[in-house]
Amino acid sequence: MAVRAQFENSNEIGVFSKLTNSYCLVAIGGSENFYSVFESELNDVVPVVHTSIAGTRIIGRLTAGNRRGLLVPNSTTDQELQHLRNALPDSVAIQRIEERLSALGNVIACNDYVALVHPDLDRETEEIIADVLGVEVFRQTVADNVLVGSYCAISNQGGLVHPRTSLQDQDELSSLLQVPLVAGTVNRGSDVIGGGLVVNDWAAFAGLDTTSTELSVVESIFKLQDSQPSAIVNDMRDSLIDNYS
Amino acid sequence: MEYIPEPRQQLILCCECGSAIPPNPANMCVNCVRSIVDITEGIPKQATVHWCKNCERYLQPPASWLSCDLESRELLALCLKKLRGLTKVRLIDAGFVWTEPHSRRIKIKLTIQKEVFTATILQQTFEVEYVVSSMMCPDCTKIMAQNTWKAMVQVRQKVDHQRTFFYLEQLILKHNAHQETINIKEVKGGIDFHFAQRSHAIKMVEFLASMVPTKSKSSEQLISSDTHTSTSNYKFTYAVELIPICKDDLVSMPQKIANSLGHISPLVLCTRVGNTVHIIDFKTLQIAEIPGLVYWRQEDITPVCSMRDLKEFYVMDVELLGRHAGRYALADITIQRMADVGRNDNVIIVRSHLGNLLNYGDTVLGYDLLTANINNTNFERLSSDDIPSVVLVKKSYPERRRKRKMRNWKLKKLDKDEGDLAPKKMEQEKLEADFETFLRDLEEDPELRQSINLYKDANAVPRSVMAGGNDDVDDDEDAPEVPLEELLEDLNLGDDDLDDVAME
Repeated sequence: MAVRAQFENSNEIGVFSKLTNSYCLVAIGGSENFYSVFESELNDVVPVVHTSIAGTRIIGRLTAGNRRGLLVPNSTTDQELQHLRNALPDSVAIQRIEERLSALGNVIACNDYVALVHPDLDRETEEIIADVLGVEVFRQTVADNVLVGSYCAISNQGGLVHPRTSLQDQDELSSLLQVPLVAGTVNRGSDVIGGGLVVNDWAAFAGLDTTSTELSVVESIFKLQDSQPSAIVNDMRDSLIDNYS
Repeated sequence: MEYIPEPRQQLILCCECGSAIPPNPANMCVNCVRSIVDITEGIPKQATVHWCKNCERYLQPPASWLSCDLESRELLALCLKKLRGLTKVRLIDAGFVWTEPHSRRIKIKLTIQKEVFTATILQQTFEVEYVVSSMMCPDCTKIMAQNTWKAMVQVRQKVDHQRTFFYLEQLILKHNAHQETINIKEVKGGIDFHFAQRSHAIKMVEFLASMVPTKSKSSEQLISSDTHTSTSNYKFTYAVELIPICKDDLVSMPQKIANSLGHISPLVLCTRVGNTVHIIDFKTLQIAEIPGLVYWRQEDITPVCSMRDLKEFYVMDVELLGRHAGRYALADITIQRMADVGRNDNVIIVRSHLGNLLNYGDTVLGYDLLTANINNTNFERLSSDDIPSVVLVKKSYPERRRKRKMRNWKLKKLDKDEGDLAPKKMEQEKLEADFETFLRDLEEDPELRQSINLYKDANAVPRSVMAGGNDDVDDDEDAPEVPLEELLEDLNLGDDDLDDVAME
């Protein structure tokens, strides 16, 4: 399901949260409302962790991660790192990265298999990303923007990219990611997709201004609709056959 | 099968309505943007312009009034200034939508642009309707309302003719001293000038004092007062009395004053009234000036005879005595009353200053003191030896010669309010006679002409055409006239002028 949320009157919830298939980070806000939205939706399947990174609340823009790992910038304090190690499952590797482009969330967009990164990122960083997150790394731009993490949101099911991404670029990105892509907007026409939307394989959170049209695009491209009859048949076919055979 | 290339333009869904559109800065289809934001918001769709019915001018806030045609640039500018919100948007185009001229409505079609979201500029066209409401402008109100004046200058002269006022009128016109007047009212014995401000009235009084010897008195009337702020509202009246001595008057004064003026004779002729009164002793050619101060100290210098008492005489002989002073020459002149010419031989020999102006056969105007009925204390005190039988004043030109001639010049007139009492026929005739005398004075006296403006009369028939039909052209030669070079071209901005040009 895709739901709308707001962090202290800001619609840019992607700035204040990070969502993957195995954990969810939220910023420490004045009110628990934002946290509750995530908590109720994720329903104890994955841990929802309050944290700050380098003392700031813009954790979504400073970190990058997927099911297998979490990358944090060099400015992260030891205390914060320890807190994250304690709160996250043991299967998640946490790595502090020494990188000039320290807003990792802005320069890295990844799902569990592929990562798109800023073209100017260090080679070392690229290797760390590949090792820690277990992904293939591609240096790419989205609609001529180098901040790939800001202008797209991808999961293992699909991806939403900047509205000005040409069809050619969409095809290219889609073939790299091996998931369907669509150009779209969030937060009533905002093209900063990564800022307004966090998504994993079964849930998506968008800013409160997101219109129903935008939300339906999000649900369809990330395959979040439970009501799709074919979805359950396709997804569970193999395990069902295994069980009953 | 032919190959149909698929459209390469990527499309996104409008975030409001979900229709596929090419991406734009708002990522919204135009209709949705329009429905969400109204860029004409804050711009009034109806406004009022004020218009004065009398002078047909439009109010340009805060206080100026412009005359502009319908559908003119000026009116458009004025209307656009009325729209307050227009500063926040970019105006692309503005134009009038035709409306019936009598409908009191002005419609303007505006095209504006405004940035609605970041980098999204929306353009919209809409109409604004103006209601033309009539409101009288302060200038017209001044004219319409009766009691708006705050200060008044009452100019009076205690004489039985209007010549001084004709002269003053021309002086005022030349110096544009009437610019601040609200109203000029003709009353018995003088003129009233009304002003909106006291300072304007004082300026007028000072102007008059600089032109002729005057005596002024001010008085004020309390209209209202406010005890809280201790301010009060007054109406001021300045009574200006002009010296009652006019040009060509015979003036008598007490011996004492005559002595102080350089031992001049106590019976003198006034030759000119300017800032001071110029007098001449017609028996010795002695000249003196009486300043206003001297006159008003005692008011004992009085006219004995004036213009109306002039009689015509026939010149029989001129015997120059050899003394000259300016244009005057002393002479003994033998004259005969016009009534006596051809009847008897009653001749009078008088001494006069007009020696080089008169010749045998001329007619001359003078005061006949023998027959005149004079009631004047100064005059009675004079010894009979000092009193001549006739005082010659100026050369006269026979009536018939003048009649034929049309003047090629004219004077401007002040816009005067005749007041409640329209002049009766008798008075009207008297007024016209006075004016004619004034005009003749101007013709005869170049000195008098210097201080005022004369204008060419476009309607006057050229003299050569007139003269062509006459037998005795040379008769006109000596009649005085104003040289053409002294005349000014009249600038007339009325409609008549346009007609004249068209006819030419």
